[in-house]
Amino acid sequence: MPEFSEKLLLPDIAGLHRIEVYEERGGYGALRKALGMKPEAVTEEVKKSNLRGRGGACFPTGLKWSFMPKASSKPKYLCANGDESEPGTFKDRQIFQYNPHVFIEGALITAYAMGVTTVYVYVRGEYDKWIKLLQKAIDDAYAKNYVGKNILGSGFSTELFVHKGAGAYICGEESALMNSIEGDRGYPRVRPPFPAQYGLWGCPTTINNIETISNVPAIIARGWQWYSGLGAVKHPGPLLYGISGHVNKPGVYELPTGVLLTDLIYKHAGGVRENKIIKAVIPGGSSTMWLRGDEIEGVRMDAESLKAAGSSIGTAGVIVMDEDTDVLKVLACITHFYHHESCGQCTPCREGTGWMEKILNRFLAGNGAMEDVDLLLDVANNIEGNTICALGDAAAWPVQSVIRKFREEFEKKVCKTAKQKFYVPPPHLVRTQ
Amino acid sequence: MFTEENLEKIKELKKRYPNQKALTLPVLWMAQEQFGWISPEAVTYISGLLNLPPKHIYGVITFYTMFNTRPVGKYHIQVCRNVSCQMLGSEKVTDHICNKLNISLGETTSDKKFTLNEVECLGSCGTAPMMQINQDYYENLNTEKIDTILEKLK
Repeated sequence: MPEFSEKLLLPDIAGLHRIEVYEERGGYGALRKALGMKPEAVTEEVKKSNLRGRGGACFPTGLKWSFMPKASSKPKYLCANGDESEPGTFKDRQIFQYNPHVFIEGALITAYAMGVTTVYVYVRGEYDKWIKLLQKAIDDAYAKNYVGKNILGSGFSTELFVHKGAGAYICGEESALMNSIEGDRGYPRVRPPFPAQYGLWGCPTTINNIETISNVPAIIARGWQWYSGLGAVKHPGPLLYGISGHVNKPGVYELPTGVLLTDLIYKHAGGVRENKIIKAVIPGGSSTMWLRGDEIEGVRMDAESLKAAGSSIGTAGVIVMDEDTDVLKVLACITHFYHHESCGQCTPCREGTGWMEKILNRFLAGNGAMEDVDLLLDVANNIEGNTICALGDAAAWPVQSVIRKFREEFEKKVCKTAKQKFYVPPPHLVRTQ
Repeated sequence: MFTEENLEKIKELKKRYPNQKALTLPVLWMAQEQFGWISPEAVTYISGLLNLPPKHIYGVITFYTMFNTRPVGKYHIQVCRNVSCQMLGSEKVTDHICNKLNISLGETTSDKKFTLNEVECLGSCGTAPMMQINQDYYENLNTEKIDTILEKLK
């Protein structure tokens, strides 16, 4: 794989958040170029570039855009998803702080490609400081007629508004996000109908992650051939890796997709604190399946490699745990999170996440029994796939993977006074992949 | 009652959305900024202003964790309790603040200055442990740093 060191999303340029500096560096050139192309050609370019969503599902972005009806009597909408609440993920705020215009330019090109007349940027409520920074950048872009009526004399008009969330993880789920913009509780919707047919206020809508949209200007400016050659073949482009936990230099690193997980930890993030051994790694935010410390060798950070390793790339929010970590405590923390953030619509998720938390707390209190491990697995298996949205799956996956990979940790915490026996789970409870 | 300035802002906001219901969150934010919390009176007022049933407003404020349905102190301290912060000592942060202010989680000091809560991931995992006081993030915390921050707020 060729080395690629240029940074596209977060380059080290002082004052890049200011519109003059951004313009000096060729900023808004891609927008001019896109406005001279046919909208379908823009979509085609993004399709060929093989850009995939950065919000967790890795869905091909160009394909998603092509689902939008070309002719529509209703207005079309774009929602930029900056809810960013997945534990371990803190990348979009770097874009808002250091390079907001690359996102704004990307959002405008995206809007042009689909004929969108209003863009809503949904940002989590806690990011008050970053909302203000983004708003300033948007105001500057309005002042230079990059946004608004008849953009740069092209005849294309679109508005760009920031919508502030109010503290709900579930609003990062695309259909819950739309309900939240509409002013309702953030309940995910049953699909079909999909947002491209029936989204915001029943109109065609597309939802893209902030980082996904920020990739678009480079694709338009330099062409799909160039972009698709960056990083991993089936999942190309630059990626913002957020690395946290027991590493010496936690932070957000922009690197091409497909870097070795070990390189990310040891080369870029400065290795593990006090040179300890890695016990476990969560590769893509709290929803993804865990990897044991002895499994990370050779694993690359792209959708396909992580799938082969039994996990997923998620939001590329890597959490590293050293040998002294109590994995059950971490798992209980994650499970508490999903219990807290479950919207409560679906019984398996609403009740199941609470049961899982109770069982884990029983282990932490030293009152667990070996049978509880299988009860826990049974609950997790019954949540997975049985809910409207992916939050249920996200709650089940970490539990399933920890049971599979760290069974001895549960054994250590089994109540010593209770009746002990070695328990083999029945085959239907063992998840093979 | 909203200030004249806020009422002007609402007029501007109406142009952004095809219907009034979409103003629920922006207007609730406005109320929280002006009054500090969403009181039952504020719910009635907003429901009249937006021509929406009060049950809708109650539904929304009880769903989103950032809307305060009870008064909070002048400084609302929210300590992140999620994975990366927990691994790097968020519990110590909470304990230290509890001891220092002599309150438990969820409580407000008797002088109404500080309210302490634990919250889920604030998207600051690379600078853990961290907390948010009102709108500001305080990152890479340790006990000395917390002491300095709290001293400054007194």
